[in-house]
This record gives sequence, structure tokens and C-alpha cells, in this order.
Amino acid sequence: MSSGVGTIKINDVSKIYPNGTVGLDHINLDIQSGEFVVIVGLSGAGKSTLLRAINRLHDVSAGEILLDGVDITKAKGKELRQQRRNIAMIFQNFNLVKRATVARNVLAGRVGYYSTFRSTFGLFSKEDKEKAAANLERVNMLDKYYTRADELSGGQQQRVAIARSMMQSPNVVLADEPIASLDPKTTKMVMDDLQHLNDMGMTVVVNLHSVELAMAYATRIVGLRDGQLVYDKPIAEVSADDFDGIYAETRDKE
Amino acid sequence: MNATLPERQFSEKWHIKGILSGLLFVLIFIGSGYNTGATANFSWDQFWDLLIRMMHPDWTFVSAIITPIAETIQMALVGTLLGTIIAIPFSLLAARNIVKNTYLRGIIRFFLILVRALPDLLLAAVFVAIVGIGPMAGVGALTIFSFGMISKLFYEAIETIDDGPIEALTSVGANGIQKIVFAVIPQVMNQFLSYFLYTLEINVRASTVLGYLGAGGVGLYLDQTLSLFRYDRTAVVILAILVVVIIVDGVSNRLREALA
Ligand SMILES: Nc1ncnc2c1ncn2[C@@H]1O[C@H](COP(=O)(O)OP(=O)(O)OP(=O)(O)O)[C@@H](O)[C@H]1O
Ligand SMILES: [Mg+2]
Repeated sequence: MSSGVGTIKINDVSKIYPNGTVGLDHINLDIQSGEFVVIVGLSGAGKSTLLRAINRLHDVSAGEILLDGVDITKAKGKELRQQRRNIAMIFQNFNLVKRATVARNVLAGRVGYYSTFRSTFGLFSKEDKEKAAANLERVNMLDKYYTRADELSGGQQQRVAIARSMMQSPNVVLADEPIASLDPKTTKMVMDDLQHLNDMGMTVVVNLHSVELAMAYATRIVGLRDGQLVYDKPIAEVSADDFDGIYAETRDKE
Repeated sequence: MNATLPERQFSEKWHIKGILSGLLFVLIFIGSGYNTGATANFSWDQFWDLLIRMMHPDWTFVSAIITPIAETIQMALVGTLLGTIIAIPFSLLAARNIVKNTYLRGIIRFFLILVRALPDLLLAAVFVAIVGIGPMAGVGALTIFSFGMISKLFYEAIETIDDGPIEALTSVGANGIQKIVFAVIPQVMNQFLSYFLYTLEINVRASTVLGYLGAGGVGLYLDQTLSLFRYDRTAVVILAILVVVIIVDGVSNRLREALA
């Protein structure tokens, strides 16, 4: 199942926001290739902060994050962009370009492999256009190829975003509450899409607020509270009571 | 529940501020009129004479001004286009969500403020001095003028876009230009076109008078016919300008509605 690539090693990472808020507090986490990790925790626990540190959408204050042995926290320029290329990210609000077609949105996922010139003039190779069609086919969205993204429902947009991230040919897929704004049926489709990527060998790290979904999909559950890692167990050892500790007394609020 | 309203201050009671500023305004108004001699040299006789002669336009003059009218429109088109092309990189550099460096952004914005401080007529005069009389001077003036105006409209448009797609492009490993091409431009394209048309409208109007300063176009004929007291011809020039401005406004409004 696992291809050996797509490991994430987080060594003593802390993040203090400019306003003094502690986002992450000495986090240590070692994720193996092919794992399906679900991160749970209350709102404000630091789940997004952790995920966004992994592909360096923001900088950490201390510590290192090794992706297949290479520290992304110190990478610069082209080297950083090439590391990001291997890490796909799926966002809660999809982040598609609303005024562009589905096709263009999906192809945008591939620009990391193109020179500025070729991508600016939309000179995508035939293979990559076929790849875009294949990735849309996989999430059942091929019939919307020429549709503008703002004409799609939320669930459809998220599936297009998944197709876009597949264009990166990533080893790691990060998803920050990918289903927070979706109905139960589309939620299942999107989670199954992620499961599928995991079956193909990609390491998947997902932030979720739902205990049920975490139990259903994860191979490992990590709990955060106030920026600290307070829980980390493979799914076989997880019992439903454990969540009480992570969520404390506010569990019914989720 | 016996809340009492606070006592009004004396100044609040009689709207002192309102009355005082009203008085001040009237005084400035009268004073300015007096100092500039706004009514001093106005001659009703001359005015009627001019009006009556303009009532009988010399229609044969129409054929003579078709070329300069076309030149006026061309000047506006070329000037707006050049100004827009220069404005695009500057507006990106001035936008808060594209350039995070406050100093660089500050320098660019200051430069743009300086450019916008120059009125179009002053620019025309300067260009006539540099490149000589003719349409080149008009194009130069309109380029700079459009550049100043469009950069501001563009960077304000850029600052209103959704940052989500930029973040998504960052996460796929795109470089700065790729982020602009794939995440910024598609979001602002329609607004850009709309502002381009709007500036073109303004420039067509402006370019009709630039000729007055020798910067090419139909304005030159305005000057000539007036100084030769050929008011019948002046009337034709004014009517032609009117027609062009109305047509350009109409077309541009239609297009901009379609873009919205
Ligand atoms: N840009 C920021 N500037 C300052 N503080 C921030 C910023 N972003 C997040 N924080 C703070 O960092 C802490 C962790 O936030 P984070 O967004 O990682 O939480 P989360 O676990 O993702 O919560 P949620 O479940 O609501 O998404 C919170 O206290 C939050 O207020
Ligand atoms: Mg979050």
C-alpha cells in the first residue's frame, strides 16, 4: 500500500503568532507513509495552524518539519515550491477561482511543473490535459469540464478542488475541515475520495470535527488542545471515551 | 425606568456649528466672486452675437473636421491602451494582498499619487514642449494621465479579491507570476475592462480640448475658428465633439453593463 514516500516528521515545533497567541506548543509527531491521520480538537486548538505549517503556508517559530527527510521550514524559492508541489492541500472553502472554468481550475494544480512562460500562455501538455480529465472522471465531475466554478454546488466545488490537488501528483494530502460546509451525502463522497487517495498510497492528514468520521476513516487519531499534542493512538487502540479527554466537557457542542 | 435625557450643550441647542459654517460658506462664496470679478466684463451683446452666429452652422465644414475627429479618437485609444499596459504592473505592486512589503508598496503608491497630481492639460503643455505640436503630444499626455488613474482603480480592485485562490496556488507550488495569472487576473479581468472603458470615455472628452494646446486632434480647430471669429464653424466643431462623446459614452456604458 505505501510507497515509502510521503513521510512527515515534526520535531519540537512551536508557533507563536505575531499578536502573541500560542498556536502550537512543542509539537512532536511522526507520520509514516500511507497513514490516514485525523487530527481532532476543539476550535482554536491549533489544528489549522499545524496543517498550514506542514506546507509552509505560514512559518513556524521554532522546530523543524521534515518531509521525506527534507526540512521545509528552511527551504527557499524554487526548492520550497518543489516541496509544496508534493503536498496537496484541500481547504474548507474550496478556494477555486470562481470565474474560471473547472478545466482551468484543475490545470492550475499542475503549474508547479511548468515554467512561468508556458503556464502563463496556457501551454499545458496533452498528457496533462488528459490527466485533468482523468482526475475529474475519478471524482465524477468530468461532465462539468467547461462549466464555470461558481455554477457548482459546494460539494461539487470540493470535488473539483480534490481533482486539482491530484494534478500535483502529491505524496501527501492535507485537508483542513474539507467537509465542514457539506451535507451528509456529499460529506461521504468527499471522505471516500480522500480514502481513495490514501488507498493509492498517499499519506492523508485531515482536520475533522466529527468523531464518527474520524473513527470511520482514520488509521490514526491525533488530538490537540491549546496548541499541545494531547493524544496520539492508532485506530485499533482508540476508544470512544478517549474523545472526552480531548474535547473535555464541551463534546456535545461539536 | 426614569431615564432622563442628558442636558443639551449650548452649542447643540441652537445648531451653532451649522449656522456658523453656513455663514462662512456664504462669505467665501461672495468674497471669491468679488475678487475674481466673476461678473465684471460680461457683455450680453457679445454673447448674443456669438450665439446667433452659432445658430447658423457652416455645414460644409463637416468634411474638414472628420480627419481631426478621427485623430482625436485614435489619440484617446492609444493613450488609454498604453497607460493601461503600464498601469498593470504598478497596480499589482501597489496592492496590499500582492506585495506584503510595506516600504515597496509605500514608494509605489507615493509615486502614483504624484502622477495623479498632474492635471491632463498641464501634461499636454509639457508634452507639446517636449515632442512638439501634434498628436504625439496628446498621446503622451493621455498615457500618463490614464496610467495614474487606472493604476489606482486597478489596485483597489485587486485588493477586493478573494485571497483563497492565491493561497491554493501557493500550496500547489506556483511562483509569483503564476499566482497572478491563475488566481488574480481571472478575478479582476471584468473590472479591469470596465475601468479601461471608463477611462477611455474620459480621455475622449479630454482629448477634444488637448488640441487647444497644440496636442493634436480636433481641439486645434476649436482654437482656429474662434480666433478667426468663424463662430459658424466653431458650432460645427462643438456639435461634432458632442456627437462623438455621446456615442462613445453610449457604447462604453453598454459594454460595461454587459461586463458587470
Ligand atoms: N492569523 C492569526 N493571528 C493570530 N492568532 C491566530 C491566527 N490564526 C489563528 N490564531 C489563533 O491560534 C489558535 C489556533 O488556531 P487554529 O485556527 O489553528 O485553530 P483550529 O484548531 O483550526 O480551530 P477551528 O476548529 O476553529 O478551525 C487560536 O487561538 C487562534 O485564535
Ligand atoms: Mg481550523
